[in-house]
This record gives sequence, C-alpha cells and structure tokens, in this order.
Amino acid sequence: MNKKNLSAYWKQNLRYLAILLIIWFVVSFCCGILFADTLNQFKIGGFPLGFWFAQQGSIYVFVVLIFVYVRLMNKLDKDYDVDES
Amino acid sequence: MGVKAWTMLIVGLTFLLYIIVAVWARAGSTKEFYVAGGGVSPLANGMATAADWMSAASYLSMAGLISFMGFSGAQYLMGWTGGYVLLALLLAPYLRKFGKFTVPDFIGERYYSNTARTVALLCAILVSFTYVVGQMKGVGVAFSRFLEIPFTQGIFVGIAIVFFYAVLGGMKGITYTQVAQYCVLIFAFTVPAIFISLQMVGNPIPQIGFGGTMQDGTYLLDKLNLLSKDLGFEEYTNMGMNDKTNMFFITAALMLGTAGLPHVIVRFFTVPKVRDARKSAGYALLFIAILYTTAPAIAAFARTNLIQTVSDKSYAEMPAWFKKWEASELLVFEDKNGDGKIQYLADATKNELVIDRDIMVLANPEIANLPAWVIALVVAGGLAAALSTAAGLLLVIATSISHDLLKKNIMPNISEKGELLAARIAIAVAVVGAGLAGINPPGFVAQVVALAFGLAAASFFPAIILGIFDKRMNREGAITGMVVGILFTSFYIWYFKPQLGGPGSPENYLFGIKPEGIGVIGMLINALISLLISRITKAPPQTVQNLVEDIRIPKGSVAPTAGH
Repeated sequence: MNKKNLSAYWKQNLRYLAILLIIWFVVSFCCGILFADTLNQFKIGGFPLGFWFAQQGSIYVFVVLIFVYVRLMNKLDKDYDVDES
Repeated sequence: MGVKAWTMLIVGLTFLLYIIVAVWARAGSTKEFYVAGGGVSPLANGMATAADWMSAASYLSMAGLISFMGFSGAQYLMGWTGGYVLLALLLAPYLRKFGKFTVPDFIGERYYSNTARTVALLCAILVSFTYVVGQMKGVGVAFSRFLEIPFTQGIFVGIAIVFFYAVLGGMKGITYTQVAQYCVLIFAFTVPAIFISLQMVGNPIPQIGFGGTMQDGTYLLDKLNLLSKDLGFEEYTNMGMNDKTNMFFITAALMLGTAGLPHVIVRFFTVPKVRDARKSAGYALLFIAILYTTAPAIAAFARTNLIQTVSDKSYAEMPAWFKKWEASELLVFEDKNGDGKIQYLADATKNELVIDRDIMVLANPEIANLPAWVIALVVAGGLAAALSTAAGLLLVIATSISHDLLKKNIMPNISEKGELLAARIAIAVAVVGAGLAGINPPGFVAQVVALAFGLAAASFFPAIILGIFDKRMNREGAITGMVVGILFTSFYIWYFKPQLGGPGSPENYLFGIKPEGIGVIGMLINALISLLISRITKAPPQTVQNLVEDIRIPKGSVAPTAGH
C-alpha cells in the first residue's frame, strides 16, 4: 500500500476512534458521574436516570460501541484493501 | 442435605469438571496454547477472557461494595467494563498485528531496549502481585464460610489450594478450562439473582427487576432510599456530593488499568487474525456485562433484605446464617446499649453491627432464604472466579521471573530444568507472600484490586498507546515515563494507606484523590514526561518507525512467534 493511502486509512480510523470515544465518555463520565445528580430528577420505571446510566446503561452502550467499531473497521479494511485474506 | 454437604458436593463436582476439561483439552494442545491456538474462535476466546478477567473482586466483592456504597459503587461497574472499549479500539488489533506474546516483549521491541523490557517486567510483577493479594483475601473469605473456620485459617487453606492449583494447572489452565469456569461462575451468579428478583419484585430478569415495584406497590429503589435515610445513610440512588471527584478518578483509573493489565492484553495476542482480536474484545465484554449488570441488582436486593432482616430486630431471633458468619469473625455484633436488639446505624458510635462488605454475595442467598444447593453453588462460583484469576496471575509472575528476567537478562545459560524450578519457586514465594498480605490487606478485595489497576494505568498504558499512536516516541521517553509513573503511584499508595505503614492522612490527599484513583494522575505524568523527553532526544531508528507503520494495518499479520 502506498504512503498516501496509508495515511488516508489511518486518518479515517482516527476519526472513528474519536467519535466512538466521545460517546464512551459521554455515557459514562458525563451521564453516570458528572451530571448524574441532574439526570436523577428524571425516572425510567423505578430507576432515577443518572443512577441507571451509572449502574446499567453505560455498560450496554460499551458493548454496542465495540461491535459498531468492529463493523466499521472491517468495512474500512476492505475499502482500502488492507484486510487479511 | 444441609448447606455444608451441598457445598462439598458442588465444589467437588466443579473441580472435577475443570480437571477433566484440562486433561481433555491438553492432549496435543499445549503447544497450541503458545502459538495462538489457531483454532480458538473469538467466541471461545471471549468467554475465556471473561473468566480470566472476572476474579474474586468482580464475583465476591463488588456487589457487596455496591450494596454498601449505593450510587458511587458504579465506579467499579463502569471502570471494569469501560476499559474494554479502550482495549478494543486502541490496543488489541495493533498488539495482535505486532505478533508477540507478552507486554514486556512489545515494550522491549518497540523501544529497542532491554532496559525498557526490564522496567516493563518489574511493573508487570508489581501489578500482578498486588492483584493476587486481593484474590487471596477473596479465597480466604470463601473458605472461612465454607469450612466455618476463622478467616485467617481460611486464608491458609486458600494458600495451599491456590499453590496446588497453580503448579498443577500451570500451563494446563488453558482456554477451554476457562470456558468451563466461565459457565460455572455466570450460572452461579445469576441463578440466585433470578430467585431473589422473583421473590422481591416478581420479575425474573434482575436487571429490570431492581427498578420494579415490591408487593406493597412502592418501587424497590424508593423503599431502599427511605430505609437508608431512616438509618442515617445517604439515599441509595444519590451520589454523596463529595464523592464526585473520587468517583471520576477511580472510574478512570480502572478503565485505563484494564487496558494496561498484562494478563488481559496477552489474550488478544492469541487469536488468529487482527479482526478476531477486535471481535474477541467485544465478546469478552458481552460476557462480562452479564455479570456486571446483574451485580447492581444483587446489591440493591441484598441491601434491602439485610436492613429488613437485622435492623432493630432482637439478636436472639437472628437466623442461622447470622451466627455462622459470626464464626468467621467477618460479622460482628456488639450490643452497645444492652437492649438485646440490633441497632444498625450510619453513626459509628451507636452502630452495633459491623459487616465485612466482602461477605455480602455469599451471605445474600442465605439472607433471602434460598434453598441450600443455591448457596452451595455461589460458593463454588466464587472459588472458580478467585482460583482461575489467581492461578493466571501467578503464571504471569512466574514466567516473568524465570523466563524474561532470569533467562533473558541475568543468567542466559540457565537450563530448561533450572528455569522450571525457578518458575515453581517464584509461584510459591508469590502465593505465600500474597496470602500473608491478604490477611491484613489494605482494603476490601475490590479496593486492593483497584490499586493494582492504578499501577497498571500509570505504567503500561501510556507506553503502549504512545508506542502505537506516536511514531516519534522513543526509548528515552518511554522508559523515563514508566519509571516516574509507577514510582509516583506506588509512593502515593504507600503514603496514604495506613495498612502499609504510610504516614499520610486523608486531609492531605492530592486534589482530594484517594489512593485507588491516583493511577490516573500517574498516567498523565507518565504521558507528559514521555512526550517531553522524546521530543528533546533522538528519534527512534527507521526500522522501528517502519514497525509502527506496519502494525497500523491488519494486512500481512502472521501467527505470533515465540519471543521465547
């Protein structure tokens, strides 16, 4: 693979990382810790919302994030023809 | 059949299962284990990783801690799962492409230096040892309850069994045994939770159940908030205001530490392809999440049950489990006002009941009056979790010392036999040392383990991340960073942990951060120093820069070669 392609591939990879890690930060550190007390004013079922994010929601999002990343990267590898045969 | 007979039976059966699986899977596969076990699917690898990962801290200690901490207990839930996102996105695929076995191998090669390798080794040993100390306490708790002996004796039984298990299991503690262990421990963890959830809120799914309503129509969490408040505790679903900083830092330390733990990272070296490494991390987290979303439900149920059972009730009428746990000396009742009733209060001067948080998961099914076999199952699961992780970590310590340190650095001429002997001695010394430290550990199991994560975050995380994402990072920067990071963090932990003889007191915490969370600061210091020094010293050689370019693309990955 030539240099230009490599850097385009890498840039796109970094873009994905940035987006996914922002979501990662928001659901855990923002919703579950920093703004949890504000979110706690709202409720889903018997759960105060901030509490739910901290003890349940963030974990579900983490799992989804990894599988989204797997999909995105598999496609990117194909597009740039750097996947393993 | 009583609880004790059931426990003997189930613990015996599960141990037999592991041995059978180990023997069956061992045939012709010892070599496979080293050369990436070409046939290990991401699914099986994910399950094995989950078993390896979930230790006594996750299984025995965490739900108990959450149950006493309420909201801020979520730091363990988020911290020990969120790290997998970092691992999957920032490390696993690249380390797999790199194609070596151990973290010190990567550090040594990427930073073209034996000194770097040795520093990484010493960090790996320190991290793993701290982690094992936490496990040993967990094993001690399980045995003391199971055999109804004092906790200290429980630890000695634990030392003997872990030693046997690590030496015998050794290399046999392979992927498929861990798959079996995962099944046992997840079954043992969720079954009681389902029972209790049905009992208390009539919902078979604990994750949803603890947000449900009780028989009297009130939400369980509302009721728990009320009970807690009446006894002077913080409301269960509220964060105490002064917790925020520490919750933030401890969560971050656990996440960064996950991504720096040698025995976890190693797992991603051993799948067939780069894309499998990514997927494997996803599966691992999925399997871990089953336990981690159940734990907070157990915590809330257990807390409610506990308060309702003991608070203001007569001591003479306490159920059998209460007396049994008193025998382990991990539950202590002192009738301060002499009224024969148990006053369980937040106010330490009036509180009459002291409960070790680490007994909650084991005691929970008994408090809820579940059948004896369920209680036995929980003990078996706890032992599986503690033993598998402890054995895995002891192996990291043993190979580090016998192979990487002795053979590669100090005595290159050591014979195969001598190497094996050194490994066994290393295991023995480590397990006895860890057991003794576990008798008087610097905190509850989960807290001790949190310290290990802080150390991992402060030492490995920046060195590995920068090694992949910063081509300009060089030997000088990485070594200085690791040394300063781990020294700073261990000093801080020693200084502020009275159990370790440190003179510090909480008022003097740096920015109010507890020792469990300081790894984040250590990590930042490490990264800053690395970046600074690398920019004022010589760039890494061209071959290393090419290596970095190469690990960034999946194409051309080969099965890992033994760096041994």
